[in-house]
Amino acid sequence: MTTIKEQPTLSRCGKIAAVVVLLCLNCTRAEAHLVTTGLGPVYDGIAHLALSPADLAVVMVLTLLAAMRGPRPGRWLLALLPASWLLGNLTGLMFPINASLAWATGVSFLLAGALVAADRNLPLPVVAMLAAVIGAFHGFLTGAALARTSSTALELTGTLVALIVVVTLVAGLVVSIKAYWARVAVRVLGSWIAATGLLMIGWSLRAGN
Amino acid sequence: MRPKSQNSKMTSHNAIVWIVLLAALAAPSRAWAHVQTGEVGGFVSGFHHPISGWDHVLAMVAVGLWGSQLGAPAMWLLPVTFPMVMALGGMMGLLGIPLPGVEFGIAFSAIVLGAMVLAEKRPSLWVAAVVVGIFAIFHGHAHGTELPAGQSGLLYSMGFVIATGCLHGVGIGIGLIHRWAAGRVILRVAGATVAVAGIFFLYSAFK
Repeated sequence: MTTIKEQPTLSRCGKIAAVVVLLCLNCTRAEAHLVTTGLGPVYDGIAHLALSPADLAVVMVLTLLAAMRGPRPGRWLLALLPASWLLGNLTGLMFPINASLAWATGVSFLLAGALVAADRNLPLPVVAMLAAVIGAFHGFLTGAALARTSSTALELTGTLVALIVVVTLVAGLVVSIKAYWARVAVRVLGSWIAATGLLMIGWSLRAGN
Repeated sequence: MRPKSQNSKMTSHNAIVWIVLLAALAAPSRAWAHVQTGEVGGFVSGFHHPISGWDHVLAMVAVGLWGSQLGAPAMWLLPVTFPMVMALGGMMGLLGIPLPGVEFGIAFSAIVLGAMVLAEKRPSLWVAAVVVGIFAIFHGHAHGTELPAGQSGLLYSMGFVIATGCLHGVGIGIGLIHRWAAGRVILRVAGATVAVAGIFFLYSAFK
């Protein structure tokens, strides 16, 4: 049998790692409000939420706030947040504004994050009201941004589906937390979001928006 | 030893992988080497900022070490409160609100926190929180003053806060050796090292 000298080959993990590194080096900026996945408007809407750190963070922190109080507030949030978000979306689409209102986003981060960090036993109506107001506000900003693009109702549907999935997963995770350290970790996360909000307020006041 | 057909199959497979990798590299994308006008550097820049100076790194790790020595609830309370107080200082710096003696405050933070770890001091919880909070203002203000101008600092701020939190986590993680006798000695040595570094920072601030 004819044989040849064995050649060195890349391992499977090595190949995957090389591809990942090269793709990371080759990345471009994420354009949250101009994103097109090429897979249609529903996926564009899903990608919109996934690539908007401000929206994602506020959904996360509101979910943490509700779910830390137990399953009932968590269930309420699952219905209330998408509804208020959609209401805000529609309002933003109908009455778009050009201002980014970054300071108000910072205030919402600060408020919700500080409440998570404090871990106080807030009554359900207070949690629900906060979620509704902050959700409607961020939905309004998203709607106003989408109004500047050729967005469709399907994109909004995609965003809402993504939002419901995030709320469900995060709430399920937080409600099931039993360990003391895990609850502290959630509080630390809240304090980080509150701190980010404070810095955002500083940024926006310095920039004058 | 492989048959020739199998070996040539593998070679062609590798060739395809390398072609894909080279194609990925060759695909054009813009290089953003500098901070753009009206933008900030993003998450990575924000994350890098707190870990780029030894004064901040040592003080943050010392907070975690001290928290570990104090035990619960201080171990958890300090990392929860510190980022918010530091961000308050950062906001003051961003808004241009002056805070005299910032460099001295930072140097003293390393000295005091290092000394606390060295002496294994156990003050009441509120005293520990106030001490750490005061120093957090100085650290936050210094960073806020140095942050680049921009319209929206969301990702930068996130990176900045998370990096600081991670430094606390490193301190707490190291501080877990406190449960062993040898570990307690090592922690005190670490506290002494931080305090000595603080004296060096103080000397540098005077120069």
